[in-house]
Amino acid sequence: MALFERFAPLMHAHDAVKAAGTDPFGVRMDRVLSPTEAVIKGRRTLLAGTNNYLGLTFDSGCIAAARSAMETFGTGTTGSSIANGSYGGHRALERALAEFFDREHGMVFSTGYQANLGIISTVAGPKDYLIIDADCHASIYDACKLSSATVIRARHNDPADLDKRLQRLAEQPGDKVIVTEGIYSMLGDQAPLAEIAEVKRRHGAYLVVDEAHSLGVLGETGRGLAQAAGVEADVDFVVGTFSKSLGAVGGFCVSNHPDFEVLRIVCRPYMFTASLPPSVIASVRAALETVARRPDLRHRLWRNIGTLYDALERRGFLLGPQKGPVVAVRLPSPEMAIHLWQALLNAGVYVNLALPPATPSGEPLLRCSVCAAHTTEQLRHMVDVLTDIAYDAGLLEPQMRAAAG
Amino acid sequence: MLKDPTVTSVEQAAFKEVAKVLEPFRRHETPITRDTDITADLDLDSLAVMNLLMQVEEKFDISIPLNLIPEIRTVGDLVKVIEQLTKGA
Repeated sequence: MALFERFAPLMHAHDAVKAAGTDPFGVRMDRVLSPTEAVIKGRRTLLAGTNNYLGLTFDSGCIAAARSAMETFGTGTTGSSIANGSYGGHRALERALAEFFDREHGMVFSTGYQANLGIISTVAGPKDYLIIDADCHASIYDACKLSSATVIRARHNDPADLDKRLQRLAEQPGDKVIVTEGIYSMLGDQAPLAEIAEVKRRHGAYLVVDEAHSLGVLGETGRGLAQAAGVEADVDFVVGTFSKSLGAVGGFCVSNHPDFEVLRIVCRPYMFTASLPPSVIASVRAALETVARRPDLRHRLWRNIGTLYDALERRGFLLGPQKGPVVAVRLPSPEMAIHLWQALLNAGVYVNLALPPATPSGEPLLRCSVCAAHTTEQLRHMVDVLTDIAYDAGLLEPQMRAAAG
Repeated sequence: MLKDPTVTSVEQAAFKEVAKVLEPFRRHETPITRDTDITADLDLDSLAVMNLLMQVEEKFDISIPLNLIPEIRTVGDLVKVIEQLTKGA
């Protein structure tokens, strides 16, 4: 059997997608002009699919901090956090994260993927149980594969189903660890965290919440869904990323668990990889300070979310169930999704194309993400362009086209 | 870990239920047997398989660990897992 023969159906499907024009999974940005604009295929393009929720990628303070750290400490650490890869900045960022979340401990990973991989695969042992939400991110599923625990999948955002599954395990001696996300990356919906926390307390389980898409977005001071839902005390481990609202790359975990520090010598995705470059650490520290200091960025983001979501809804698009920084346009077929995505890009608007099986319930999506730096004009323009394209493709009824943007 | 297939009432009930859930995914007139390969012989993608498992879990009040899924290839394999988890309950 040829080495990659098992991928034949996928390669075939990918060829069909590419035949429509640009490969949606191979878009090249030739220049990035700002958090909301790039040059793609020689054309100035509006970016509405970059997870850059607070628009901090070009923040002058973040850039200055990164530049200074690079000049002082060099381009990279060339080693693991447990060998030569922990500099003063790395430790300071861990303390800053712990302080930001009002927790005892903080740990920085090289990517958000590795933070989930490391924490989730390590907290639960061979006799324990991981109970994950069915719509969890691939990094959480991969963590489960790496873990020695028994892995159980609960229905998405269904505390009653979670309760039932914990009840079935009531007689089992192992620890139970629930894993959920703050905001789900595809449809942008939020976990019913207060209800999940109640189930968790009742069963004496532990709770891990991935705040990747909610850090800097939800909660009074931007700490995420747990803060917004008032259940931070019930969350044993908060995991998150630097690659969305903080505008860089990397991941973290914060916790009050008294033995948390042992993770540094048992968590393989932390130990067996090089630590983040000093410049990234410095820009993330600056970004975290900005999140704490400038709630106006969060308010602008939410104003923009309202502008985009409400306008798309008025035009008749079927959207994700809840307003948030991810606005998903739900489409009836992959062909329609690919066509709209391609036409949008040709018209100078970039969003993410999400196709099953990477989407919940097999629905193709145009996954838009909102940025605090978007202007109202940019968002209105995007809605107008998408409406025209969707109308021409027969997705929208003619009367909806005229609806107020 | 799994016992040899002995036809018990649980085994029969599990087979009946699985066959019922899989009925819409049957190709042509080929009947569903214990030897039916769930992904190769039926029109099911990975998402449909996960949804199918949720239905079976609901029906039998069990949770099928994700760890066991690589071992489930045929309808008979799934029936054995249901039987085992139901006994354990």
